[in-house]
Amino acid sequence: MIRIPCPFCGERDHSEFGYGGDATITYPALDAPAADWLEAVFQRQNIRGMQHETWQHVSGCRMWLVVERDTVSHEIRSVRPAHPGMGKALKEGS
Amino acid sequence: MSARRLPTGGRIERSKTLSFKWDGRDLTGFAGDTLASALMANNQRVLGRSFKYHRPRGIMSAGVEESGAIVSIGEGARHAPNTTATSEQLYEGLVARGQNAWPNVRFDMGAVTGLFSRFFAAGFYYKTFMGIPPFEWGSGTGTGIWMVYEKLIRNAAGMGDAPQHPDPDSYEHAHDHCDVLVVGSGPAGLNAAVGAAKAGLDVILVEQDFELGGDFLGQSGEEAETKRTNLIALAKAVNVRILTRTTAFGLYDYGTAGLLERVSDHMASGSESLPRQRFWTVRAKSTILATGAMERSIAFGNNERPGVMNAAAAGVYLNRYGVLPGQNIVVATNNDSAYQTASQLSAAGARVTVLDARTTVPTLADDSGLTVQMGTAPMEVLGAKGVSGLKTAVADGAGWKAQGSQACDLVLVSGGWSPLVNLLSHRGGDLAWDAENACFIPSGRCERIHMAGSAAGVWTIEDCEVSGMVAGAAAAQDFGKSSPTMVAPAPGGWLNPIRPLYEVKVEGQKLKSFVDPQHDVTANDVRLAHREGFVSVEHLKRYTTLGMANDQGKMGNIIGMALMAEALGKEVPEVGTTRFRPPYTPVSIGALAGRNSGSHFRPLRRTPLHDWNLDHSATMTDAGLWQRPWYFARTGETIAQAYVREARTVRNTVGLCDVTSLGKIAIQGPDTSELLNRVYTNPFAKLPIGKARYGIMLRDDGLVMDDGTTWRLSESDYFMTTTTAHAAKVMVWLEELLQVRWPDLKVHVSSVSDQWAGCAVAGPKSRACLSACVEDAGVMENEAFPFMGVIETTLKDGIPCRIARISFSGEMAFEVYVPSDYAPAMMDMLWAAAEPLDGCLYGLEALGTLRIEKGHVTGAELDGRVSIDDAGLGKMASDKKSFIGDALRKRPELLREDRPRLVGIFPKDPDQTFNAGALLCRCDAVSGFGEGWITGVSQSPELGHWIGIGFVSGGHEAWAGQTLIAADPVRKGNIEVEIVSPHMVDPDGERMHG
Repeated sequence: MIRIPCPFCGERDHSEFGYGGDATITYPALDAPAADWLEAVFQRQNIRGMQHETWQHVSGCRMWLVVERDTVSHEIRSVRPAHPGMGKALKEGS
Repeated sequence: MSARRLPTGGRIERSKTLSFKWDGRDLTGFAGDTLASALMANNQRVLGRSFKYHRPRGIMSAGVEESGAIVSIGEGARHAPNTTATSEQLYEGLVARGQNAWPNVRFDMGAVTGLFSRFFAAGFYYKTFMGIPPFEWGSGTGTGIWMVYEKLIRNAAGMGDAPQHPDPDSYEHAHDHCDVLVVGSGPAGLNAAVGAAKAGLDVILVEQDFELGGDFLGQSGEEAETKRTNLIALAKAVNVRILTRTTAFGLYDYGTAGLLERVSDHMASGSESLPRQRFWTVRAKSTILATGAMERSIAFGNNERPGVMNAAAAGVYLNRYGVLPGQNIVVATNNDSAYQTASQLSAAGARVTVLDARTTVPTLADDSGLTVQMGTAPMEVLGAKGVSGLKTAVADGAGWKAQGSQACDLVLVSGGWSPLVNLLSHRGGDLAWDAENACFIPSGRCERIHMAGSAAGVWTIEDCEVSGMVAGAAAAQDFGKSSPTMVAPAPGGWLNPIRPLYEVKVEGQKLKSFVDPQHDVTANDVRLAHREGFVSVEHLKRYTTLGMANDQGKMGNIIGMALMAEALGKEVPEVGTTRFRPPYTPVSIGALAGRNSGSHFRPLRRTPLHDWNLDHSATMTDAGLWQRPWYFARTGETIAQAYVREARTVRNTVGLCDVTSLGKIAIQGPDTSELLNRVYTNPFAKLPIGKARYGIMLRDDGLVMDDGTTWRLSESDYFMTTTTAHAAKVMVWLEELLQVRWPDLKVHVSSVSDQWAGCAVAGPKSRACLSACVEDAGVMENEAFPFMGVIETTLKDGIPCRIARISFSGEMAFEVYVPSDYAPAMMDMLWAAAEPLDGCLYGLEALGTLRIEKGHVTGAELDGRVSIDDAGLGKMASDKKSFIGDALRKRPELLREDRPRLVGIFPKDPDQTFNAGALLCRCDAVSGFGEGWITGVSQSPELGHWIGIGFVSGGHEAWAGQTLIAADPVRKGNIEVEIVSPHMVDPDGERMHG
């Protein structure tokens, strides 16, 4: 039962969220070679400790978030909107 | 054992007599009894039979760790097997039965297995019944015979029977939050709860028993009771929220605790308004575990005969329930704790002899009135269905030698105490072996979890109270509250050190010394496992099944580990401990399900046309969460007649079908065409306003995700439809792309699946039908509204609508969408126009027929393993642009010519049929996975015989002129088929363009 502090909705149970995946992947251009896509789609680090990952608040604001989570303790260090413009709007709004 | 109820004493209410049934006999107890104490007061000794050897078992404890008195409670659908009588509160009319025995637990035919017990050591069944020669020599796994014998073995062994009827009770799920959750209401827990609440915190206190007090309840004398009532009053005064009959069965991340509250289990007649049990999810910012400790047994001969019990349990039966469990009692101990119980039993009138394994104990040597034999231990219990005497052993250096025997009717054992650290272990808290106290105790800090009382290895009640106060203060400090500074008592507290003793082993004596009585695991089994190479604790568990019974190793784990350590020549901590997992005690499936059962098992989705469909004689079927019309039978029609008629009508005149369940997404913004062009395999960049396009989406890995259509309504306003099954997934996917991957695209997506209701109007007369419904019939002209055209217009009565000329059936067809509230009005209008045209309503079954005839794919084909080429849609992959999945769809393995490709399937004999799910095999090789499989089957009114759609390696060209077998061994058997193009009707699509 992880609790994720959604920047838009507040702290919620992880059951409201959908898990995305590794947030550090930079996806190649659509016409990039297959080798680049293989790397981006299939190769993953198996991190013990803090990792950046994407979650979507599916049963809430539906925003995609970048969550920094400790894979050992489930401690969540930071949460921000995945969309940079949204992050900016949040900051300016507050 | 000769037990009897004492005339006075205990917490039971002698004025309230309760009748209950035990194995068909009418017995009575008192309010405040457990089933076990009431049975003991009635001098019932044999209450169960063991798992493997059917040995008689009686009451061994006074709590949830019980391994002997495991019984079935209730009758019929309310029959609850494997219930511990020791934690079951007695109520009027309770019906209990012994289990795993025939005809009953007192005389059990199954006990003959015990005569052969020396053959039935750990691993016996596997060694004996797997691969029995000569049947299975050389056959590989040898599991065939095992499958047969396993059933017989399971019948002979085992526990109670599961009830055979649907559960008539209701269960609830509940959620709560608090600052501090305190588990356990003994001396430590009550003090901790009061301390934390006094600091201004919101505290929930849970207690598995039906009374608060924990170890206070098992004490004699006024002092404990006064303390208990004062603390409870104090707790209530500071608003501690109290839950009794509630077990904290698991601790999870972020202070989440799972609780099981037994709300009405103890009520004589149940309750109409209350659930049977309530499953709580409590989120606590801090947690205090005051779960106490559990007394261990010692392995010696027949140490599980009815009449062998934990020493402290006897104190509980005496002081709490007013039952003297025996008259002539031997108390075998290796520590100080049993002396108090021994004195109390003696004072209550029993003859008590203490055997102390320690050779010298200065401070207890002269305890009042007790016969104490130092350096003495129990060796073997005498008696078959009860205790008639005890053979003893005397210390001989580090070992033991046989001494003599003495008559007795009850043997009480104290092998030391193990703190109950299960919940801490769930959270990954570390444990350390405390050699001085011979037990594992919590070590190190676990964030926001505080251990209190005996759970922290503190033994005396006084120390436990202080330990509770310290934990309450520590919890207050978690919240930055000031609280009195106190020093936590150190673990331990006995005057004399314990002598670690796990087994009394005597040279030359063949003893059946049980480690895990419930699963019949003996000390010899542990040594056998070691000899056979199972040296890790985890392997030991699996080989011997030690710790796998109801009690999950509460009774036997430490002894088992100690014996393994001895066999390995190591110390206990070097062998390690297994990690406890939830649940602490069993949780019923009903409680896990809560109200999510039956029709509430999953959400139900109805289209706004649901009632309309039912009013027009639809038979509904489940499509995912949706209820959709399956077929519309006319009077006397079977389903087969109905759907064939419906499909034929669509091909000849016109049919109407509710397609509201399709996913619908509004896509808006200046970059929408760019987004679509990237996610669809075919070009979308130049989709004109007023046009729709069919499109395929791939996943990043190049396999097909979904197919659907997108309509361009205006410059920057688009309407996407997805399959019913993948509606949510496509929405999430587009949101991810726009927010995470391509934040520069100016596009907004919103799901409008619920906002629009849809109807497919299909067939040669579909235009005529729709023309009668729109306000301006001119918009329906062929030139104005060509194939793949889109219009936004109004139906008569001013109903706004959008219509696209798209076809799933292969006929000229339209999809009409109106705002959901207008759905019935739209259908009334369409049906009024279709009926005079000899039209029909059609359902999913006819829809399937039409699409199979055309070779159109659905979720059955697009199962996540299929490439765009496999689905026969390779032409829809543009080579003039790049799109998602383009790079990886060209992986060599996905381009192989012999991959399974979409095909049509005809029976060789037109009168025959086959089933979806059948494998397609070569005639000479009906085995293994074959060459392909069938995903859909239908009668084809157009072709006049059964047809199928599916996948075959290499596609239909590879099998031209050949016969394959549709193999379906458990249903239809083998049918000869031929493979054809998937486009079985109107391959050139002339009808839909017409």
